[in-house]
Amino acid sequence: MPSLKRQHHELSDSFVQLKVLNREDQKGAHIPKFGDKLQEIALLPLTSTGVEIFQVNLGKMCNQTCKHCHVDAGPDRKEIMPREVMEQCLRVIREGKGIHTVDLTGGAPEMNPHFRWFVEQVSGLGKKIIVRCNLTIVLAHPKYYDLPAFYRQHQVEVVSSLPHFSASRTDAQRGEGVFEKSIRALQQLNAVGYGQEGTGLSLHLVYNPAGAFLPSSQKSLEKEFKRKLKQQYQVDFNSLYTITNMPISRFLDYLLQSGNYESYMEKLVAAFNPAAAAGVMCRNTISVGWDGFLYDCDFNQMLDLKVKETYPQHISTYEKEALDQREIVINQHCYGCTAGAGSSCGGSTT
Amino acid sequence: MEKTYYNPADLSKFGNIGEFEPNLAKKFFDYYADVFKEGELSEREKALIALAVSHAIQCPYCIDAYTTESLQKGSTNGEMMEAIHVAAAIRGGASLVHGVQMMNKAKEISM
Repeated sequence: MPSLKRQHHELSDSFVQLKVLNREDQKGAHIPKFGDKLQEIALLPLTSTGVEIFQVNLGKMCNQTCKHCHVDAGPDRKEIMPREVMEQCLRVIREGKGIHTVDLTGGAPEMNPHFRWFVEQVSGLGKKIIVRCNLTIVLAHPKYYDLPAFYRQHQVEVVSSLPHFSASRTDAQRGEGVFEKSIRALQQLNAVGYGQEGTGLSLHLVYNPAGAFLPSSQKSLEKEFKRKLKQQYQVDFNSLYTITNMPISRFLDYLLQSGNYESYMEKLVAAFNPAAAAGVMCRNTISVGWDGFLYDCDFNQMLDLKVKETYPQHISTYEKEALDQREIVINQHCYGCTAGAGSSCGGSTT
Repeated sequence: MEKTYYNPADLSKFGNIGEFEPNLAKKFFDYYADVFKEGELSEREKALIALAVSHAIQCPYCIDAYTTESLQKGSTNGEMMEAIHVAAAIRGGASLVHGVQMMNKAKEISM
């Protein structure tokens, strides 16, 4: 399946996505402005509490083309972070005292030719490293076969999507055969110690709904996942993160195509949780795009909503003090992070 | 007045039944919430039972709510359909088992 961008789909234009999310016609009029919701609970303007998590999108290239992907990633995407931008990131990470975690995402971050070098450098700085690994990359080519050992060597925390413990539901979202390969990759990660008690090697799975509904309780789903994956595949993992699908990019396309857009937005608004709003991940995160531009989160990055123009826009001009207190750019998609128990790259937030 | 008896939008207004009698509504909703909490049965299993019962009592609101709930709690399409077959089997069986009563009566009054 080609990316929206390759298809020249109108939703590959972030401006069109924002227009859909903000439309004031009869269909969109009943979705209150996210800013008004924050105003009601005295959270407007939403501000950063200080950057602790430094999230880097190493590129949009991926070996998979998932139906819900907010990045519109895929094999046909060629945007890859150059080493020069990585060096600028390293400077900020080195000097950024509050930054304790470096979160690497993509696409498939491992497909960036400088990925291992970057991990080695960050590892040398003593920061916690998270890699958002899609699992199948481990089996995609001989050059990736040793990834589990590489992760272990650098004590990388592995966070991987597995939308369901059934092949049919996972494959429906992530592509034919993805479930079977994901299970094999999980077994390989387990074999080097990931998800095993006492090793300190963390393996977390990410659940996101395969359709126009919200995730259930993280705790109860985790229990189901652990039981099923252990019973059927002898797979162990540490935690399950439940993530709400954002109404952007390919998932927005699905919502519009399937006629679920209005009801999904209504569900998100009805489930607005003030506690989740106070704990949204953008408050302690900064997101760096493949070309070095700065965003409040990975979702804003995909909508091309850079940090507010009054703050440094690019990693090369990063200023800790200003960005640590910045006002966060919000829009209608933000309802995705404040629904129910909240949603973030680390799962539910309440 | 609606032109149909069932309106999907009414499902989200279920909580409003307390408008006419708040005390009993509160007791009901507190009980309802406790019933669906994880116990010896998981929340997912309880949602599947609710889905099956929804079909047995043919409640469109409940079918809407517990199809979504079952999906949210991680149930597969196969599990949901099996649950409905359980309801169908019990409903069918409930009719059929009365055939014994028919047979008893028929035998009683026949030569």
